[in-house]
Amino acid sequence: MALHYSKKVMEHFLHPRNIGEIKDHDGFAEVGNPVCGDQLGFYIKVKDGKLEDVKFLSFGCASNIATASILTEEVKGMSVEEAKKFDWNKVVKDLGGLPTQKVHCSILAVEGLKKAIEDYEKSKK
Amino acid sequence: MQVYLDNSATTRLDERVFEKMKPYLTEKYGNASSIHFMGEENSLTLLKAKEQIGRILNCDHSNLIFTSGATESNNMVLKGVMRSNKDPEPSSGGGNHILVSAIEHPSILETAKQLKEEGFDVEYIPVDSSGVVDLTQIKKMVRPETLLISVMAVNNEIGTIQPVETIGAFARKKGILFHTDAVQAVPYKTIDIRGWNADFLSLSAHKFNGPKGVGLAYINRRVKIRPFMAGGGQEYGLRSGTHNLPGIVGMAEALRLAYEEQDEIVKKVSELSAYFWKRIQEEIEDVQLNGDLKNRNPNNLNIMFRRIEGEAILMDLSTKGICVSTGSACSSNKLQASNILKAIGLKDNDLNSNIRFTLGKFNTKEEIDYTVGALKETVARLRSFTPLK
Repeated sequence: MALHYSKKVMEHFLHPRNIGEIKDHDGFAEVGNPVCGDQLGFYIKVKDGKLEDVKFLSFGCASNIATASILTEEVKGMSVEEAKKFDWNKVVKDLGGLPTQKVHCSILAVEGLKKAIEDYEKSKK
Repeated sequence: MQVYLDNSATTRLDERVFEKMKPYLTEKYGNASSIHFMGEENSLTLLKAKEQIGRILNCDHSNLIFTSGATESNNMVLKGVMRSNKDPEPSSGGGNHILVSAIEHPSILETAKQLKEEGFDVEYIPVDSSGVVDLTQIKKMVRPETLLISVMAVNNEIGTIQPVETIGAFARKKGILFHTDAVQAVPYKTIDIRGWNADFLSLSAHKFNGPKGVGLAYINRRVKIRPFMAGGGQEYGLRSGTHNLPGIVGMAEALRLAYEEQDEIVKKVSELSAYFWKRIQEEIEDVQLNGDLKNRNPNNLNIMFRRIEGEAILMDLSTKGICVSTGSACSSNKLQASNILKAIGLKDNDLNSNIRFTLGKFNTKEEIDYTVGALKETVARLRSFTPLK
């Protein structure tokens, strides 16, 4: 099965942005796709209600890595409230599309980010 | 550098095979069923190809049917045998029960699924943790109404060699028909249709440096099979359609070369894969060979790289010019990990971390050295950001 990844997907896969851990993070979440087994770990650092830093770890395919990478790039600096409303369709669009069977990767990435924000909000209370 | 290590998917056409095929694409284009001199000449070529293949595979050449490849052959045999011998008169030797191994190619497994939907009794023969079908299991599973057993000669994903000789002997003794999909066998395992007591066998030419789009089915023609392609009645009426003469000539030549040069190819490929596996073990941590170490095709290395995902490894290697394959869920349309890796008992977290390297006669040591270097970089990069411990 040929995948036909876009140039943008391949570029993010080969040079993922914001990859790694944030040791003194304010929020963290790990999400996994029960269907394909992919896993993502999201770390966020919040300052003045904004996502000062976002990082991730990935056990996943090229598309899993690329979707998380572009997502971190897009939400970094965004207010927490804005980030909570982030739509996964934007990830697909900005990557120049994803193969149909890979669209779920973008949903997983956005879910990971939102759970990390939830983790931050819980710990704040 | 471009390195092709996906020889179980398909192989490069041997130039010598291509030379043999050329005249049949241009000057000798007659239809082998035509009765004029061009047709007659080609029908003799067809017969010669069958005789030659029959000698190599040790079978009656009049039982050989040319097809478009093993997928067609597998469909033809399983559906043909089951549908044509269903609900028989008592003592006619028919039945409705079929056994296929759990590690067959999709062209068998999906066909079996269709047969099940049609009401046939389909059961799957399990394999042990080394990926080999156990005859004692088959002995437990056969019943008076068992009509057909289908077990591949060599597995396509982990390269394990199956005991087709003993399964065939057992089936013959029990009066059960035996089919084997032998596409991965050439040239690593000698095919012996009489010796294996096989009633049916499938091959694809492109797996052994022959052309794509041509294959064969060995069919015990004493068994009733209704053809599913109606037409001009070629191949004893079993497979209508104009003969693919360039393909058939190419397949016969590719098969001849594969077995004439068998010792040389096996030696070269065995040495290369042993060297490759030794270097991987020495230079990359947390790896494991899937499937039996000894009882496997020498061209196959199915390797687990723990904590990283197979499709990502494949894509990363691909950008470095290296072609491999993976059984990871992410690489499949259905998002399901390999049935075979599940069947040999891999744990959930390990199911998606595997790469299949399959070597061929055209690979070189330089290519393996380049691949080891690239693989080390790829594995180190992907492991640098894995959340798995």
